[in-house]
Amino acid sequence: MSTIPIFADENWKLPSRGRVGMLSLIIGESAIFTIFVVAYVYYIGRSAYGPTPRILDVPYFNTVCLLSSSLTIWLAEHAIERGKIRAFGLWWAVTLLLGATFLVGTGIEWSRLIVVEGLTIRTNLFGTTFYSLVGLHATHVVVGLVGLSIVMLFTLFGRIEQRHAERIQVFALYWHFVDAVWVVVFTVVYIVGR
Amino acid sequence: MADQALPISGSLAATPSRGAALLEWLHAWVVTVDHKKLGILYVVYALFFLLIGGAEAIIIRIQLAVPNAHFVSPEVYNEMFTMHGTTMVFLVGMPMLFGFANYLVPLMIGARDMAFPRLNAFSFWMTAFGGLLLYFSFVGGFGLYGMGSAPDVGWWAYAPLTAKAFSPGHNTDYWALALIVSGFGTLGTAINIIATIISMRCRGMTLFRMPLFAWLMLVVSGLTLVTITPLTAAQIMLLIDRYLGGHFFDTQAGGSAVVWMHFFWIFGHPEVYVLVLPAFAIANEVIPVFSRKAIFGYPAMVSASVGIAFVSMAVWAHHMFTVGMTSVGNAFFVLSTMMVGIPTGIKIFNWLATMWGGKIRFATPMLFCTAFVLQFLAAGLTGIMLSVAPWDWQLHNSYFVIAHFHYVLVGAIVFCIFSAIYYWYPKVTGRMLSEKLGKWHFWLFFIGFHVTFDTMHFVGLLGMPRSIYTYEADRGWNTLNMIVSIGGIIQAVAVLLFVWNLVDSYLHGAEAGNDPWDAWTLEWSTPSPPPPYNFAIDPVVRSRRPLWDIKHPNDPDWKYER
Repeated sequence: MSTIPIFADENWKLPSRGRVGMLSLIIGESAIFTIFVVAYVYYIGRSAYGPTPRILDVPYFNTVCLLSSSLTIWLAEHAIERGKIRAFGLWWAVTLLLGATFLVGTGIEWSRLIVVEGLTIRTNLFGTTFYSLVGLHATHVVVGLVGLSIVMLFTLFGRIEQRHAERIQVFALYWHFVDAVWVVVFTVVYIVGR
Repeated sequence: MADQALPISGSLAATPSRGAALLEWLHAWVVTVDHKKLGILYVVYALFFLLIGGAEAIIIRIQLAVPNAHFVSPEVYNEMFTMHGTTMVFLVGMPMLFGFANYLVPLMIGARDMAFPRLNAFSFWMTAFGGLLLYFSFVGGFGLYGMGSAPDVGWWAYAPLTAKAFSPGHNTDYWALALIVSGFGTLGTAINIIATIISMRCRGMTLFRMPLFAWLMLVVSGLTLVTITPLTAAQIMLLIDRYLGGHFFDTQAGGSAVVWMHFFWIFGHPEVYVLVLPAFAIANEVIPVFSRKAIFGYPAMVSASVGIAFVSMAVWAHHMFTVGMTSVGNAFFVLSTMMVGIPTGIKIFNWLATMWGGKIRFATPMLFCTAFVLQFLAAGLTGIMLSVAPWDWQLHNSYFVIAHFHYVLVGAIVFCIFSAIYYWYPKVTGRMLSEKLGKWHFWLFFIGFHVTFDTMHFVGLLGMPRSIYTYEADRGWNTLNMIVSIGGIIQAVAVLLFVWNLVDSYLHGAEAGNDPWDAWTLEWSTPSPPPPYNFAIDPVVRSRRPLWDIKHPNDPDWKYER
């Protein structure tokens, strides 16, 4: 190929493959969530028997925790881009904490529903759709927390440097996605469906 | 394939034993992250299942050849058509086409490898595991009833037949789990192809200088992202119903069987385009090279492909006209389905215009592509017929529908897959496939295809429903069914000839050289087979046909392209 003289743009620059890959994953995941959300919305009020969505309590505290974690992870991204590793570690830890709080909150909510209200995934159609949609989101939170914890450990051992900023940002895209999905799930389950 | 002559580790003086060498060779294939090796693995895996799925088709055809037959039991017959459909779509079609993408896309865009080589290996092994899981059901799917049994609910697996009460045992779970697992593999590959095409192109390879093959693979991968995932979601719901006692598709608890149909076809219809767009991609490479002309209407081809991808996501309920919809719903899906004909028609005219006035060489790849254009046109026309709701009410679930979609899946996709194998085999192995056997293969397969599937339209028009075990002798279907089955045998013979050709030419075929077809895309500038690093020097391109520019320095393409 060396016979072709170089005519191409001298600054030939392409998008980062990490970002493109993560955005593609997010598109695919959105389709999965869409199907579950459509099922939930379609089945609202169609449950033939058993508890209804009125037994749900709106998880305000949880929601605030999860949504603010998007802000803190953004602050962490911002910090690592400028090489401020300590600030990065601090904001990252806050993000991890907020995410974990959300998960614990979901656990408390579910245990109340199961023990007090007697609603399980097999009780009725509402139980099936509720636990599967909220559970699908919670699964994504768990995956996100695993990722956050791994980066946290690396940070504690001092292995995170400024040059890792892009990887961190690619991972943060996923976390932002998990938060954005919660906005949809929250609206559908706790506002429209209740 | 002999691209790495690495010494066996730990052997200094002694030559390793044959067993150790074999083990090392096998090990190299299992741990590889090279896109070319993974591409070969995909294609070999798909060919293996093509033979299995083909054998299942032959069993179906033997059973249906004469009325009141008892060649297999009704239970086995149900397993055969379920496994035939599932195998051909998930274990043959997609792995084959993604295998080509894996091998060719990095070479075509001048990259060293895929964007995520390890994800690539992971995706392949997930897909492979999914296939093995599906077929393990023959042994392991026993559940409550003793012997092994394969899934028998049809490849569409309509509710409520899939509920635990009606499908006890584990065979339906094998079906769902296998497709979830291979679905993750497919999702990984799609992400990888998108990232590769967006982020790994060589210098000068702008999007509108990419070979159309790469363009179409980009579109297909994008479509895959939003197509495979609804199936995964629906399968998860099915498993929740079956294992956790959920009620998604349980009509007694307020669930709906029709929702499954919607979810399945939201996946199922775009899936057809996931399979057929790579076939178009192959035709887009083969037809220009063997017509000795640049492709006609490159931008129109790109936009038509993107158009097909978009329209294909809004047509799914034409599989459900007989379920009953509002007249508005019917009208919407009739019109959206007909609209697919517009971009598809653009493509057919572009291929014809590419051939028009060209110096056509009818080598085997071109023969298959020419037949493809003809057959795909016919398949499209019966598609337009079936898109008309009243017509569909008459013929839904008849053999007319089977004939229509086999015209697409075999007449278009399988023909293009064969074309691609004849075209790129020299690049992959360094040897030419035998032209003589190739011609035999083409003509036998072409004749067998038409004997089977042309006749099948008439069986359908006479009212024979799909998925039936057998039929009475007085229906007037006897002769036609016999002809259909004979055509199936002819196709099977042709495929066996092809497999023989693959093996024999690998051992004794003529040397191919770098560029046996005098082609224009970057993969032909590398040695055959390409070295692990693909390009010794990163290529730089200035036009859509970089090799043309090299071969004709006085008349390069970039003077005319903008």
